[in-house]
Amino acid sequence: MNALPYAIYLSFAGAALCLLAGRRSAAAARGIALISAVAAWACTLYAGSQFVPSSEMQVLIDLPWIRELGIRYHLAADGISMTLVVLTGLAATAGILFSWNIEERAGEFFALFLALIGGVYGVFLSADAFLFFVFYEIAIVPKYFLIAKWGSANREYGAMKLVLYSFAGSALVLAGLVWVYAAGGATNFSLPELAAAASTLGWTEQLATFGLLFFGFATLAGIFPLHTWAPTGHVAAPTGASMLLAGVVMKLGAYGCLRVAMPLLPEAFVAWQPIIAGLAIIGIIYAGLVALVQEDFKFVIAYSSVSHMGFVILGLAVANERALSGAVLQMFSHGVIAGLLFAVVGRMVYERTHTRQLAALKAMPLFRLMPFAATTFVIAALASMGMPGFSGFPAELSILIGTWGTSPWWTFAAAVGVLIAAAFTLRVMQLAFFGQTKTNGTEPNYVPLTWPEKTGAILLLTTTLLIGLRPDILLNWIEPALQSPLMSALIKGMSS
Amino acid sequence: MNDLPLLSLLIFAPWAVALALALLPKLSTGAARGLAFAGSLTTTVLGLLALGRFDPAAGMQFVEQHAWIQSLRISYHLGLDGMSLLMVLLTGIIGPISLLASWRETRDVRLFGALFLVLQGAALGVFLALDFFPWFICWELSLVPAYFLIRLWGGSGATAAAYQFVIYTIGGSVFMLAGFAALYASAGTLDFTELALMRANGTLTAAIGPGLATIIFVGVLLGLAVKVPLFPFHTWLPATYAEAPTGASMFLTGIMSKMGVYGFLRILWPIFPDELQAWETPLLWLALTGVVLGAFAALVQRDLKRIIAYSSINHLSYCLLALFAIASAPGVKPEAATAALSGTLLQMFNHGLSAAALFACIGIMETRNKGRRGLGDFGGLRTIMPVFAGLCGVAMFSSLGLPGLNGFVGEFLIFRGVFGFAPVVTAIATLGLLATALFLLTMWQRVFHGPIGGTITTFAALTGSEKLTLIPLVALMFLFGILPQLLVSLINPLVSSWTGLLP
Repeated sequence: MNALPYAIYLSFAGAALCLLAGRRSAAAARGIALISAVAAWACTLYAGSQFVPSSEMQVLIDLPWIRELGIRYHLAADGISMTLVVLTGLAATAGILFSWNIEERAGEFFALFLALIGGVYGVFLSADAFLFFVFYEIAIVPKYFLIAKWGSANREYGAMKLVLYSFAGSALVLAGLVWVYAAGGATNFSLPELAAAASTLGWTEQLATFGLLFFGFATLAGIFPLHTWAPTGHVAAPTGASMLLAGVVMKLGAYGCLRVAMPLLPEAFVAWQPIIAGLAIIGIIYAGLVALVQEDFKFVIAYSSVSHMGFVILGLAVANERALSGAVLQMFSHGVIAGLLFAVVGRMVYERTHTRQLAALKAMPLFRLMPFAATTFVIAALASMGMPGFSGFPAELSILIGTWGTSPWWTFAAAVGVLIAAAFTLRVMQLAFFGQTKTNGTEPNYVPLTWPEKTGAILLLTTTLLIGLRPDILLNWIEPALQSPLMSALIKGMSS
Repeated sequence: MNDLPLLSLLIFAPWAVALALALLPKLSTGAARGLAFAGSLTTTVLGLLALGRFDPAAGMQFVEQHAWIQSLRISYHLGLDGMSLLMVLLTGIIGPISLLASWRETRDVRLFGALFLVLQGAALGVFLALDFFPWFICWELSLVPAYFLIRLWGGSGATAAAYQFVIYTIGGSVFMLAGFAALYASAGTLDFTELALMRANGTLTAAIGPGLATIIFVGVLLGLAVKVPLFPFHTWLPATYAEAPTGASMFLTGIMSKMGVYGFLRILWPIFPDELQAWETPLLWLALTGVVLGAFAALVQRDLKRIIAYSSINHLSYCLLALFAIASAPGVKPEAATAALSGTLLQMFNHGLSAAALFACIGIMETRNKGRRGLGDFGGLRTIMPVFAGLCGVAMFSSLGLPGLNGFVGEFLIFRGVFGFAPVVTAIATLGLLATALFLLTMWQRVFHGPIGGTITTFAALTGSEKLTLIPLVALMFLFGILPQLLVSLINPLVSSWTGLLP
């Protein structure tokens, strides 16, 4: 377990080294980036193998930081954080593998990439709300530069919109945190202390602070109607960054809702629940329908991320044990699958065909020209459609089971969402890879897929299949964490 | 030897061969074909092995149950009873023969074989799984190879047909999934046998609550109704069957269409008997519409494959007609109920044989006529291809339900049974029989009699693989037509135990 903080330090150290090495050669920066990402991932896997699931947060390190305000450098982990740090390690490694072709200012690219990863690890491991917020901000800044410098068409707009939404969201979060801290008379930023402080607030204040905290975080999770940054940002970002954005950064928002907003103000959450669930369902269906009519390959995947994150938010909104474990599982699953889809679209296909227009791709026999990419996409698409046997299925099944107890109509509305997901995924697969299945001999010879692409794809594919067939590997971590005092109070409040 | 996980082997053997086909480099076309055929034949061999050790009176057999996903109480649970055995045997017949029918396929033989075997293994999984989780994996998995078989080897309209097929089926499945999520939320298990037991001792009804049970029932019903298909959820079927390559059409109609009926018997019948009874009247009329409309639609079609596709809707609607009719009051007329249920199971098996044979025949004609298969594109084939005409004729008469051939017994038992419950419906359903006779005889006359059609004087004689496709099917039609008790003896005890399930 004590290996976990090193995931944060290794990422930041790797970032610094990349910056130095990048001046000499892009290859060195790449190598350092891969080594530090794998090393950080290995830390999380080692910690995972030593992890004994329990309802308590297991303290990793706890030092005073800003004594006057009671702020501590306090890292801790439970099954939920374990699940998400393992995902982060995987997404980071795969993201670097799929950024292998970055030549222009590679040192800076990988430095920003690893700084982002370090921030993400930090968020998932923070037990102090202030520290959490610091890491949360660290994760936002590099995104801007990654998109604005290395992005594709419309990158300035995409980067600016994404960062403005992110900062607006975190401003809401900060306001909510300070409000609870100050008005509730808390003496430190530990979550139990803040929860106690929040319970002393008046009812209206509770409703308001919950709204600030939840929607502040949920902006980053892509809740409807605050999701509009996601498609433009994902599309403008370079492949590796899209993979991280959809794969882990959106999870930061959902994690913040689950870890901070909901347990701090469980009663206000109950009052907000119908609105949150309604927005989640609208998001699932609306984003799905939008994805169904997109003409740009990458926009389809970007909207599908919004739709899939809707399931996470729905699971959070329902907040019984089954739905919450489904939501966390869906966070993991979507992280893997979205990474895979963006990798195929942005790296494997776009870097070779130089188009993302479905109308243009339809005329190319891509299934013949790049069978590995086609196979990867087909499997990823099946996983994304919620095909049983892949990680999305047990997650969606758990969420569906969970919603039934609260409202049968939500269950069926979410089922419609699953159907729409199948429709747009199948459509895009058909258009992009199987629009034309016969070659006529005049096609360009595309560069064969490189080893980093294949390795990255196989890593992600294996993971989604493994968790699809053995979801209990993660569920056994997640479920005890839902027994913690804060979480069980939340779940109990919801069921009464 | 008794520890041999026979059912797992049945499912995984085709998958293992599929994997080998996908991964082995530099496999020659001939070797790939042979390997795929051998992979398909594993079902025949293992199915016969299961038949040899099967005890009709013993209920679920060869049961395998292992804990799988503990936190969702999901287990790897397989079992085989008379109905599963019948379907496994049918798969063992139709699987290899469908591959033979596509023997001349030269494009991507490895991929074709691999996809076909994935489909075959998934179908077996549906017939053998007793827990919703593995069952649903196989149920959904079967769509993937079916989609690609249609999309990549199908006719000119294959893209739209494959898309429509998958979306319709998933459209049904998601509601079934929601239904099972609800069942789990209420009952805490996804195991078919446990759910049926809970239903039998009343705990399930109490756990769900009355109003909600209907919603769950409708969800599950939708998933199965699309698959069979029950009117009005049938619209995906004609295009799908018509556009699929011959081997895939045979397997789709022979095996995949049975998955839906199988689900009705394995899931709805034991777990939702009350709801089935409450909904009996509208469902019965829908099934009747399928019987009549399927036959009359076949009568006006001009594409031979579409004719057989519509006739499949008609034939499978008989199965549902029987189920829904008995649901009204099985205890009152046990004899009629037994007849109708036995008829349903026999019809599932026999329709598999005759519809697959007819699709094979059309495939043979199509390859000789530059891909044309309209009713008017042939004529006088009897004089050019007498052997073929004979074999095809037997298949048509089997489909028609001629006594002495396999199709007769099932339909007869269904009519006899349904008459006991719903005489008016039975009377109307005979219209379907009449229309079936009309379109099959029209087809017979237009294709095999009359003057020889324009371009077809050079029709080649049947090849070896084509003979191997048709002759075993026709032989089995005679065998089970003359000795239906071979099949009946496998399912008799099962059927009598079912009639006791309904209130």
